[in-house]
Amino acid sequence: MSYLVAAYAVLWAISFGLVFSILLRQRRIRSELDTLRVMVEDDALPLDER
Amino acid sequence: MERTDRREPLLIALTALSGAMVLVALYLALLGAPDANLQSETGRYAQRIIYFHIATAWVGFLAFFVTFVSGIGFLRTQDRAWDVVALSSAEIGTVFMLGVLISGSIWARPAWGVWWVWDERLTISLIQFLIYVGYLMLRSSVEDPSRRARFAAVYGIVAFVSVPINFIAIRMWRTQHPLMFGTEEGGLGPNMMFAFFFSLITFTVWYVTLMWHRIRLERLRDDVEALKLELMG
Repeated sequence: MSYLVAAYAVLWAISFGLVFSILLRQRRIRSELDTLRVMVEDDALPLDER
Repeated sequence: MERTDRREPLLIALTALSGAMVLVALYLALLGAPDANLQSETGRYAQRIIYFHIATAWVGFLAFFVTFVSGIGFLRTQDRAWDVVALSSAEIGTVFMLGVLISGSIWARPAWGVWWVWDERLTISLIQFLIYVGYLMLRSSVEDPSRRARFAAVYGIVAFVSVPINFIAIRMWRTQHPLMFGTEEGGLGPNMMFAFFFSLITFTVWYVTLMWHRIRLERLRDDVEALKLELMG
């Protein structure tokens, strides 16, 4: 029984580890994207409006 | 970005469907399927590992096949979309192959009395896992995006040779690894097939869901790179 529990625990730990890793990376990239968008918008404004 | 947002509800629905299917597959594997025709109680419990062990291996092989096809697609068209699919699939496949190695080792302990043996099937599986770790390392070591995509495409095509070799290993050599079909000792009986095929379908849907999320991540990275270029230029 313990082997069965261990095998399923490992499989789900790996699987959900992958999911969380993807979601975490997505969150970081989205945050970077938002910062860059603000910078691009600021860059597009005339110098006296920045 | 608009296209990604429009498809968001579909992705949420697919993720929820995957979760529900996983729960049903878990029930079938742990409780629904009948016990295997084995003497020891430990052996009968351990046998239930194979429903997810084989399904995990199937996803690994499928993922490497998609990397192989995407590599060909990229070399033919030089389209970045193929490279994104290849990378996403290789990453998912590598993680699932790690799951195959560990769950197989846990199954081997009660079945064979050892965690690991250097027989053909197990050794080829380990080499295959390392080959795809190499694929990911190659990608992170090349700076230029077009060279990286080209090298990775060629590597992904060549690396796929390991999949058919791994698949036929238990038929070509006298390995300890059991054949799961048509055998009485350790194989799957006809009344276990429903749980087995349900697991295969569940893991395939799970793979598609993961691919969608992973590809979306790569597209966001592309957007970041495009904005960086815009700022610099």
